[in-house]
Amino acid sequence: MCIAFPGKIISIEDDRVAVIDISGTRREVYLDLIDEDVTVGDYVISHAGYALHKVDEETARENLSYLKTIIESEA
Amino acid sequence: MKYIDEYRDPALVGKLRDAIDKRARSIGRPLTMMEICGSHTQAIGRFGIRELLPEGIRLISGPGCPVCVTPVQDVDRAVFLAGLDDVVFATFGDMLRVPGTGGKSLQKARAAGADVRVVSSAMDAVTAAEKNGGKTVVMMGIGFETTAPTVASAVKRAAKKGLSNFCVFSVHKAVPPAIKTLLEDPALNIDGFICPGHVSTIIGADAYSMIPRSGRAAVITGFEPVDILEGILMILTQVAEGKKEVAIQYARGVSPSGNPLARALMEEVFVREASLWRGLGEIPESGLRLRDEYSAFDALKRFAVPVLRSAEAKGCECGGILKGTLSPFECPLFAVACTPHNPVGPCMVSSEGTCAAYYKYR
Ligand code: SF4
Repeated sequence: MCIAFPGKIISIEDDRVAVIDISGTRREVYLDLIDEDVTVGDYVISHAGYALHKVDEETARENLSYLKTIIESEA
Repeated sequence: MKYIDEYRDPALVGKLRDAIDKRARSIGRPLTMMEICGSHTQAIGRFGIRELLPEGIRLISGPGCPVCVTPVQDVDRAVFLAGLDDVVFATFGDMLRVPGTGGKSLQKARAAGADVRVVSSAMDAVTAAEKNGGKTVVMMGIGFETTAPTVASAVKRAAKKGLSNFCVFSVHKAVPPAIKTLLEDPALNIDGFICPGHVSTIIGADAYSMIPRSGRAAVITGFEPVDILEGILMILTQVAEGKKEVAIQYARGVSPSGNPLARALMEEVFVREASLWRGLGEIPESGLRLRDEYSAFDALKRFAVPVLRSAEAKGCECGGILKGTLSPFECPLFAVACTPHNPVGPCMVSSEGTCAAYYKYR
């Protein structure tokens, strides 16, 4: 039930509503629960009609490359 | 899709598996890990993670599926509310087929004429209330900390709109008190917890500090194969190094402090109270009830729900399964009398239920 997906913000409308694109599907999500500034192009993780978290690109990239280096060193 | 595809990379999966293998061999004893999120249970089944792991690593499922841990009494209360005149009962889809006493369910209530509607957001129920002035819309508030803030926000929006025909039947639950209850069991044989991803998006890492204090590893983990395998590897590393802490594998979805705004909203609308969990019994401070300031939106205050005589389905072992003491294969009804098509207990209904996940991917 806690399923949530990263989607890209396509537009931000009035009343704290954003339109996001999740793998080609458009959804409207409320931004009431997001405590960071978000703009068009950002990725947010959304659940039950609400954006819950802004994905920090850099954190995501660093983590993945860090993972790849540990794996290489273990192998 | 960005943030999904790269976490399904088969080459990375293969390398992670080898690293897990090596690490597990260096530890040299069997290990048990528990996932406490239904979405993990489902993903582990779907991606065949169990089959990828070396023999000594056992994954068991805990009380991570909200509709599964909802006790039969609350299922019966939902069915009662749905059957009232001039009520529109709004619910997330998972709840529809969950059997209450005597096999009653929201789905059967709907077939018998009740106005039961599946929504994907509590705001859909608010919109339904705006469109159905003559009726009262009751939203079933179900789910952990991921979902509770969304319902809290919908209540606040309804209040701001001055809507008087919208209310919530809250059976929301908080995850950490249930983990505490599991940890109190001296027989608990678990080396590490695969902690939920999106619950943690809200509650952050500190909420799990009791896990390392009990001498066990804790890793907040994402839902793609690379995430889950890396989470398992991180648990193994904590065990190997003897250094237990709450680590975050799912850094793209969880910051260490969680989401304080969403938490504040949830605490503003809901207050904690003891709550009954299927399998685990009553757990202090684990239920979320609407605060008195919001009692106009509390379905249990608006409608007199009588004490119903509720009874669990005979022979269903969901209780033991939710505690992690039984596997679905140990339930005599599994895949015989109980199938997703004809579920006896809630763990076979929700796609995240342990029995349903084991059935589908067996
Ligand atoms: S298989 Fe069915 S009856 Fe058995 S524990 Fe699971 S849900 Fe209950």
